Amino acid sequence: MANTVQFELVSPERLLVSKPAEMIVVPGAEGDFGVLPGHAPMISTVRPGIIGIYRDGKIDERIFVAGGFAEVMPDRCTVLADEAISLAGIDRAAAEARVRAAKEAVDAAVREEDIRAAKQRLAGAELLLKAVEGTSGH
Amino acid sequence: MPSLKAFRNRIRSVKSTQKITSAMKMVAAAKLRRAQEQAEAARPYAERMERMLGSLAASLAKSAGAPRLLAGTGKDQVQLLVVATSDRGLCGAFNSSIVRDARLMIRSLQRDGKTVKILCVGRKARTQLTRDYRSNIVETFEDVGRRRLSYDDAQKIADRVNAMFEAGEFDVCTIIYNRFTSAIKQTVTRQQLIPFAVPAEAGEAAAGGARAVYEYEPDEGEILSALLPRNLAVQIFRALLENNASEQGARMTAMDNATRNAGDMIDRLTLQYNRTRQAVITKELIEIISGADAV
Repeated sequence: MANTVQFELVSPERLLVSKPAEMIVVPGAEGDFGVLPGHAPMISTVRPGIIGIYRDGKIDERIFVAGGFAEVMPDRCTVLADEAISLAGIDRAAAEARVRAAKEAVDAAVREEDIRAAKQRLAGAELLLKAVEGTSGH
Repeated sequence: MPSLKAFRNRIRSVKSTQKITSAMKMVAAAKLRRAQEQAEAARPYAERMERMLGSLAASLAKSAGAPRLLAGTGKDQVQLLVVATSDRGLCGAFNSSIVRDARLMIRSLQRDGKTVKILCVGRKARTQLTRDYRSNIVETFEDVGRRRLSYDDAQKIADRVNAMFEAGEFDVCTIIYNRFTSAIKQTVTRQQLIPFAVPAEAGEAAAGGARAVYEYEPDEGEILSALLPRNLAVQIFRALLENNASEQGARMTAMDNATRNAGDMIDRLTLQYNRTRQAVITKELIEIISGADAV
């Protein structure tokens, strides 16, 4: 069996990433899970968080997703993301701007479900900011 | 017989119209290419979502209690039609063919005693349907994807449709749009969005046992109830992308025809102009000669 998994990240508008990886860590709704070659078939919802792609024993790329779905097959791992940002492609200022925008959305929301959605967005944005700070600190 | 000056003016005006139509044709061709690329790029997401839905629906069909977006309300009394057209005209029969099909469907539904509600996407749908069905139109979305069609546009429409469904304002939702075949051929398509009909092949492939049995995390029902609203937006997005490509294709063909017609018209007018010019010269010569004879 091949020792890599084909990782695919798809947004509604286009295919974002398609490359082989040794392990992928996906932030599932009920906890993070790692996908290695030969993983049992699984479908899971994805909460806002960071997807880690491992190659040669270390993290190759980290991508922030704002929620979505993951389909895992023994040789394939597909993530359908609502929104995805590669951590390599975003700086601190942009992440902070997202947090600010999300905070404003929380304040502006009136209906209960809007508030809930905005709070979720804020939590995601804060997570992204923390991740960006973590990478730039090293 | 019109004067020479009138002919010259006429030819000049047709020529400037021809310049406009040929420019529009080239713009439409460029936009068509972009629209096709966009539709192509959006395909992987829709395909994978369909596959996931197929296997989920197959595994859930055995157990009762499928979400209402999939199973429906059990009635078909109130029908919501999403009529997707463009905001601009000058694209041949693109808009009128959609509206014609919508009218046909509305009439046959009303004959069966159903209540019809209309949600218009694009200005043309509203202007053409207002005259007969003003009271049936519940909402209009305009300027959808004016610069570039984005998923957010589709999401907005899907949210509205979903909110209406949650509020029990309709039982069945169908979208009418033009499916893109080629620049000269677009097919008016009706697609049922709610309750969502899982494509037969996707369901079969999942049920056929060739597919592995999935584990679900959290359980099937929860994933499905998260997946279905998303799927609604994706289906609408796909329809809008197809529509966008069709619109540009239709406009390109229409403008190509218009440019050719203008060319024919210029040829004909030029011929008439030259004939008239010769006739005028001949007439003047006759006048001079007969004048000289008389002296």
